[in-house]
Amino acid sequence: MMRVKVGTIEQLPKRLGKCVHIGVLELALFRTQDDRVYAVENRCPHKGGDLSQGIVSGEYVFCPLHDWKICLRDGQAQAPDEGCVKTYRATVEDGCVYVELQETGE
Amino acid sequence: MKRKLVLVGNGMAGVRCIEEILKLNREAFEITIFGSEPHPNYNRILLSKVLQGDTSIDEITLNSWEWYEQNGIRLFAGETVTDIDHEEQLVRTDRGRVVEYDELILATGSNPFILPVPGADLPGVTAFRDIQDCERMIEYAKTYKKAAVIGGGLLGLEAARGLLNLGMDVDVIHIFDYLMERQLDPTASKLLQRELEKQGMNFLLRKETAELFGNGRVEGVRFKDGTSIAADLVVMAVGIRPNVDLARRSGIAVNRGIIVNDYLETNVPHIYAVGECAEHRGVVYGLVAPLYEQGKVLAQVICGRKGKSYEGSVVSTQLKVSGVDVFSAGEFMDGEGTESIKLYDEARSVYKKVVVREGKIVGAVLFGDTSEGRKLLDMIQRGDSLEALSLSLLAPASSGGKESLVATMADTDVVCGCNGVTKGAICQAIAEHGLKTVAEVRDYTNASRSCGGCKGLVAELLEHMLGEEVNRYTVKETICGCTNLSREEVIAAIKEKRLMTVKEVMSVLGWKKEEGCSKCRPALNYYLGMLYPGEYDEEVESLFVNERLHANIQADGTYSVVPRMYGGVTTAEQLRKIADVAEKYNVPMIKLTGGQRIDLLGVKKEDLPRIWADLGMPSGYAYAKALRTVKTCVGKQFCRFGTQDSTGLGIRMEQTFERLKTPHKVKMAVSACPRNCAESGIKDVGVVGVEGGWEIYVGGNGGTHLRAADLLCTVKTEEEVMEMTGAFLQYYRESAHYLERTSKWVERVGLEHIREVLFDVEMRRALLERLHKALSATKDPWREIVENERLQQTLFCDLGDKEPVPVE
Ligand SMILES: Cc1cc2nc3c(=O)[nH]c(=O)nc-3n(C[C@H](O)[C@H](O)[C@H](O)COP(=O)(O)OP(=O)(O)OC[C@H]3O[C@@H](n4cnc5c(N)ncnc54)[C@H](O)[C@@H]3O)c2cc1C
Ligand code: SF4
Ligand code: FES
Repeated sequence: MMRVKVGTIEQLPKRLGKCVHIGVLELALFRTQDDRVYAVENRCPHKGGDLSQGIVSGEYVFCPLHDWKICLRDGQAQAPDEGCVKTYRATVEDGCVYVELQETGE
Repeated sequence: MKRKLVLVGNGMAGVRCIEEILKLNREAFEITIFGSEPHPNYNRILLSKVLQGDTSIDEITLNSWEWYEQNGIRLFAGETVTDIDHEEQLVRTDRGRVVEYDELILATGSNPFILPVPGADLPGVTAFRDIQDCERMIEYAKTYKKAAVIGGGLLGLEAARGLLNLGMDVDVIHIFDYLMERQLDPTASKLLQRELEKQGMNFLLRKETAELFGNGRVEGVRFKDGTSIAADLVVMAVGIRPNVDLARRSGIAVNRGIIVNDYLETNVPHIYAVGECAEHRGVVYGLVAPLYEQGKVLAQVICGRKGKSYEGSVVSTQLKVSGVDVFSAGEFMDGEGTESIKLYDEARSVYKKVVVREGKIVGAVLFGDTSEGRKLLDMIQRGDSLEALSLSLLAPASSGGKESLVATMADTDVVCGCNGVTKGAICQAIAEHGLKTVAEVRDYTNASRSCGGCKGLVAELLEHMLGEEVNRYTVKETICGCTNLSREEVIAAIKEKRLMTVKEVMSVLGWKKEEGCSKCRPALNYYLGMLYPGEYDEEVESLFVNERLHANIQADGTYSVVPRMYGGVTTAEQLRKIADVAEKYNVPMIKLTGGQRIDLLGVKKEDLPRIWADLGMPSGYAYAKALRTVKTCVGKQFCRFGTQDSTGLGIRMEQTFERLKTPHKVKMAVSACPRNCAESGIKDVGVVGVEGGWEIYVGGNGGTHLRAADLLCTVKTEEEVMEMTGAFLQYYRESAHYLERTSKWVERVGLEHIREVLFDVEMRRALLERLHKALSATKDPWREIVENERLQQTLFCDLGDKEPVPVE
């Protein structure tokens, strides 16, 4: 497992996503109204929309392209749509934001 | 300063008109009401029911003392206006009070007609008109036994029924040889008489009263034929006379009633008449349905929104005597040029007659089964042809098996005639508010609030609706799933409670989801901005990405940039700048848009602010719910057909209205002749130059729902084009749902309505005032961002690239 420091909490405005590239990965980071931080793969399961630019409401983001509603906790697209984005554990320590990348084994 | 409105007559018509005025504009008037009677406004119709013992006097109040207070109305009950000075614009009362008015409504109702025979002034002789008369009869019945009612019309029979219930013996005296001759034909009338005799009434027909006699109080009635009867109480119900004394004395034109035009205006400026005291096109009405219609029209006139005029009414009657069902409407007598369809079931005492003239239904009489009365009245009012009459209407009422009448009614059919409430309106209210009782329906819709004749239908409708029907009526359109409130309700609450932020709206109005969704947040953002121009700061987190980043997001996550070019006109210098920028930032595609602008496609998000800075041009708003472009043709300057300077006007329009936020995108076009090269016929606002003027089209759309625009009006000058367009845009801003294009909005609210609003000079002025306030608060968003480092950081910068290095 790897833990990557992606920035500071100040760099994450509430309810506005930010995009970060880690190697080949492109993640969307969110800080909710009540200061939880989530990281998900920045590609909508529908047609690859830039989730980091969606409207954030509670633990959900609405994709800016066709308004799919994606849960930030588990990555599930909400009914009637189907699909899932990868989620990553994000933590805050001393004002710094870290993302944990699961070793994707063989 | 509020204008002063005075109402003389605290009765059913006058107060209803005040209610309508309050609905239109709560704030405009300081209202004073005078009423001779000592009570607040009550339901005169139900006096019959009070006399018959079905209702108490306390229950027939329509508007309580608190209602007057809550609405800031000064009520002088038990005080009579004696004098109007229309030079000074003031009224005087019998208590010496003097009150000034700007507008004066006369609703003095009518006086019962008292036969001019000897003895008419004896104690024990009464009319049947107000609470006092009603109480007097009830009092009399406690000591005396024998009553005589003079008059076999509606009122007389209702009084007679009441007196029977009070335990009196009742003789009904009538001058004609059949009852209710003004509402019934002889057949129905005979059936009625038979039924009432069964109930215990005694009829003396073709009797003309000569005198009332008695020593100290009335003891009997003598007729012209020499015969006489004994009576301890005599009720005169022989007709009413419009109460016009005050008007006549004050120099207002009077015939039988106070003469009014189609807008209820008398011949004296600022004085109006409504109700039983008014005479319209030669007719004086004595039933509430027409009076309420008049009240509605008058309310608009008084509020300065002269709209629909009053054209007169088709009236219908129903007798409020339990156990007897009679109904009549329109032309009910057979006569020259009419034919009729009749059903006469003597055994069951059912009689139905529909009168037809030139193939159209013009009148009807029903006896014994009146359930279809309402439907017939609608048909008469619409002038339906005979074919529309279904056979079931004329079938005898069978026991069961008949389809519920309410199910067959159309949504536009009226259920409550007095208050003009349709089936659709009732069903809507039931569905929306989950109503369960007739009383609730009455409180929400006014249906059955007056004569109560439709109570049965309302009950049936309720029952019907609580079944499967309820789903057919779309529960009102809420903004989204996060709330039960409609757009109108939300806007009203925002204004009333002065809510200033999206969060406030949601928490005060009890949003189901604390942070809302992608539908309501942008909508609320828009509404707040529209309501508080200059005061409200948009909440960026609630904006759709396009409007947050001021560029259009494309399928691949890149953006496109369209700088403003007023009227589609550009210069060599601008073109050079655009070309330089395109090269510098490796813009993959440069394309001309449908709105005659240049689009730079495939731009990276983080490059946007720098591109704008390099361009140095204002934002073209190609991404916004706002004015996008004004497309123009070349016009008079170059085109050989052009009659007007379309380019010049287009530029002026774009410069005036740019940055104005609207519920959805707005496109405009100006063509200089009907060849319409700018395609003005499919724009939200399209202007077409014609010889000597401009035609303005609205509500067009070239998009998903292709719709040709409607001609709003033709004007002479550019100045007027600007005014009309501005007022149109502002009215659209204020009354459309968020994300509703003008094409849908025009269809929903109706072109006629929009015309009414825009052509009203006062309203147009007010709209333009609000529009200019909104416009003066706008700034160019590109510049703002270019000059604001922090905004660039929050909105356009990503966290950058990170190398995946193991930390622990
Ligand atoms: C017993 C009865 C049963 C009825 N049944 C029905 C029915 O079933 N269906 C139906 O549609 N209609 C019915 N009507 C008729 C209906 O009640 C009237 O058409 C309606 O009330 C008229 O309203 P209005 O405001 O014009 O007059 P009103 O309601 O009579 O109001 C006029 C008021 O003005 C006051 N006033 C007059 N002059 C002055 C002055 N100078 N200063 C201050 N105040 C003044 C009077 O005191 C009165 O209160 C019935 C009427 C009666 C009496
Ligand atoms: S609309 Fe008329 S004036 Fe304008 S370019 Fe076309 S033909 Fe010429
Ligand atoms: S790409 Fe996200 S909803 Fe279509």
